[in-house]
Amino acid sequence: MVEWFTWVQVAVALLAGLGAVVLGLVGRAPDDFTLGAAVLVELLLIAQLVVAIVAPAVGNSPTGNLLEFYVYLISAIIIVPLAGFWALIERTRWSTVVLGVGCLAIAVMVYRMHQIWAVQVA
Amino acid sequence: MPTTTSRRTSGVGRVLVAVYAVLAIAATGRSAFQIADRFGDAPIAFTLSAISAVVYILATVALIAPGETWYRIAWGTIGFELAGVLVVGTISLFAPGVLGLDDANPFGREATVWSAYGAGYLLVPLVLPVLGLLYLRSRRVRAEAAS
Repeated sequence: MVEWFTWVQVAVALLAGLGAVVLGLVGRAPDDFTLGAAVLVELLLIAQLVVAIVAPAVGNSPTGNLLEFYVYLISAIIIVPLAGFWALIERTRWSTVVLGVGCLAIAVMVYRMHQIWAVQVA
Repeated sequence: MPTTTSRRTSGVGRVLVAVYAVLAIAATGRSAFQIADRFGDAPIAFTLSAISAVVYILATVALIAPGETWYRIAWGTIGFELAGVLVVGTISLFAPGVLGLDDANPFGREATVWSAYGAGYLLVPLVLPVLGLLYLRSRRVRAEAAS
């Protein structure tokens, strides 16, 4: 993992998540803005997947368990499209909140991925 | 006779389902990994992880599925979760050795979704069952009023 990229990703997912939760609670159905933010979060996850595949080959190896890392990464990549499809099918304010909850979960998961890759507490 | 055959997933209930689904994925992923990678380290804690994962999946389905039976299952599973997070959370803090844990660190390699009341998951496992039970109760009241 590249540290600055990871922090950018956490920040984007947090902003997208909080934004969608707030917009949903004030009554907005999913729109280009909230769905676009979710697409951005997903694209960053795909980029993170590429980084994770390439990094060990160029001397940036994980200090933690790579399997655990990928369980988080693959789950995260699946969660965003699920929330996105939900938002496309069910066009109510609550779908926007769901989209936000999904993005917030991604922020937490990316943070955990960073811990697994770079920080060993035990 | 009160009917609860109406769907329980309208409005804010959908958000509840979504959060349950995320938690189910999180608990399942973590317990599957822990059991595959290091089951011998803390078998009791990891078995609890797996049980909690199954219960979260069941609760998610029960919140979506219509009908009286699923309504009861929703009560049962969400109540079980509340009991689980309170009991396991307390044990993990005051007597981690009982669970075969070295410490109460909710972020540690042996942590379960319920360790330290779910602190590793932003306390969502503690708050969610309470919201879930309140939501189920409100749905029941509405269903009875409508019949």
